[in-house]
Amino acid sequence: MSAGVVVVGFVPGPRGEAALQHAVEECRRRDARLVVVNTSRGDSLVDERFLQGEDLERLEAQLAAAGVPAELRRPMRGRDVADELAGVVQETSAELLVIGLRRRSAVGKLLMGSAAQRILLDVECPILAVKAPPR
Amino acid sequence: MALDSLLGGFADALTPVNLVFALLGVLLGTAVGVLPGIGPAMTVALLLPATYVLEPTSALIMFAGIYYGGMYGGSTTSILLNTPGESSSIMTALEGNKMAKAGRGSAALATAAIGSFVAGTIATLLLALVAPTVVELAIGITAADYFALAVIAFVAVATVLGSSPLRGLAALCLGLYLGLVGTDVLSGQERFTLGVPQLSDGIDVVVVAVALFAVGEALFVAARLRRGAVQVINHKGSWMTREDFRRSWKPWLRGTAFGFPFGTLPAGGAEIPTFLSYATERKLTKHPEQFGKGAIEGVAGPEAANNAAAAGVLVPLLTLGIPTSATAAIILAAFQGYGIQPGPTLLTTEGPLVWALIASLLIGNAMLLVLNLPLVGVWVKLLLIPRPYLYAGILMFASLGSFAVNADPLDLVLLLLLGLLGFVMRRYGWPVAPAVIGLILGPIAETNLRRALAISDGDLGVLVDTWFSRIVLGLALVALVGPIVLRLVRGPRATPEEVQQTGALQHPVPAGRDRGEEDR
Repeated sequence: MSAGVVVVGFVPGPRGEAALQHAVEECRRRDARLVVVNTSRGDSLVDERFLQGEDLERLEAQLAAAGVPAELRRPMRGRDVADELAGVVQETSAELLVIGLRRRSAVGKLLMGSAAQRILLDVECPILAVKAPPR
Repeated sequence: MALDSLLGGFADALTPVNLVFALLGVLLGTAVGVLPGIGPAMTVALLLPATYVLEPTSALIMFAGIYYGGMYGGSTTSILLNTPGESSSIMTALEGNKMAKAGRGSAALATAAIGSFVAGTIATLLLALVAPTVVELAIGITAADYFALAVIAFVAVATVLGSSPLRGLAALCLGLYLGLVGTDVLSGQERFTLGVPQLSDGIDVVVVAVALFAVGEALFVAARLRRGAVQVINHKGSWMTREDFRRSWKPWLRGTAFGFPFGTLPAGGAEIPTFLSYATERKLTKHPEQFGKGAIEGVAGPEAANNAAAAGVLVPLLTLGIPTSATAAIILAAFQGYGIQPGPTLLTTEGPLVWALIASLLIGNAMLLVLNLPLVGVWVKLLLIPRPYLYAGILMFASLGSFAVNADPLDLVLLLLLGLLGFVMRRYGWPVAPAVIGLILGPIAETNLRRALAISDGDLGVLVDTWFSRIVLGLALVALVGPIVLRLVRGPRATPEEVQQTGALQHPVPAGRDRGEEDR
């Protein structure tokens, strides 16, 4: 078993798929194992970014078919996504973190902050930011 | 006669200002109905301070809209999340959620919304028809009779709402006690004021209601915040087919027939008729194999029943001044805030107001139908709001409203103390509704009791002087003692989990059943 680990922050939707795809490619290239993180702070009643039911099964099937050793983690401990990812990266001493990016307006970022920005600044390892393929 | 008055009511309710308030009411009502834990009672309590600035007609139209809206909103959460937004939507969750999982969410939502509309409209028309008759019967009612009515309302509410009669009665007594604080109207004596001058006016209803509902719930949610995300089922799938309509219309009507009478009873509430309606549909259906797997009748019936019950609750409120649900109690407090005492004379003294209210209910119902079907997606988005933000907003409104009552910092202290009480009540499964009903109806019952005793020179026999009060007090006694006797005879009641194990209940016990929450 190789020592290398690639971590990917997964959210449902095109950018998550793109991130996952790139993460799998990176794993093959580096002969590393994949750790998929799908997290929710769990403080709203419904979180569409937290996989459940059919979406979860689909992702598990996708990972099984990807051909790289993969592990899915779904922490929900009230910490936000940047903290969770930083924690996983540190714990696994990952060599790469892959995240999906989306377009945000300046006002939206001002009001809600940017999870991606916090991840880029806080996480210790190199980060590959992937955008959803244009439709 | 009723029809003429109702048309007059429409003329009042159709003014642009009142239409805006009706719209505001149904929007707010649906929103809080969708959110579990936040119900119309809390919302109306939070908005009670608005009565200081609004016209009575506008404010009451808005409150009634919230009340009806809450009944619609609850079904959305039941169907798409399997988490009933309101206690009266528990039965909807059984079949509705199964339908949604089978990709028939749209049909379930549609039959719930149309059923609610049909039931709400019929029941509101019944309310308009029945109200003048009830008033005629009630006009000769004595103070002792009125006291008897209040007693049966207390007993019924305390024993029906909540997880156990004992808890309900304890909560009721808490409410009655809080209602006693202040200066005695007849003797001028100060009661339970602890020497605090501000308490001699009593604790304001706004403060108690907001504390018990809003602050108590906020603390409760904060205490068990990380519960994890629930899965929303997409409301995809085809709309109601002709077949669905054919299977729905009878349950709608039967649900209305269950809901309205139970709502008018001084204990009815909306849960029991939904249970009855579900059981009936299950028995009468031509598709028994579908029950437990998403039968449309199981959604149509209970949803019609809870809306019809909501209209039914307004009958005793508007004709007798007896509130039978928490929301009705707070609407009664709103009436009192305007110096209007609901009772048999309400229809004659405040006729235009009452008829405008009834007309606005019909209008609000139509608005709800239009709003709900296309906007389901928007309502579900409300559930994405992180709860810390939501409850922070509620707490801010609660403090602002309580402070606005008298501009006295003591009210904020009371708000916090009573809020802690509300938290403890929720934590130990004491229902909040009986406390609020005791608080609001208690002083009215007391005034009538004292009046009756003053007339009879202190002879307690006056309380059972008329046949009316004898029967009513007798019923109250049966309601109080009956369950205890039955339990002694039959042994302890089975819990839903036990029933499920024996195989009699084939569907899962819906989540949220054990909340002890009946914020209606």
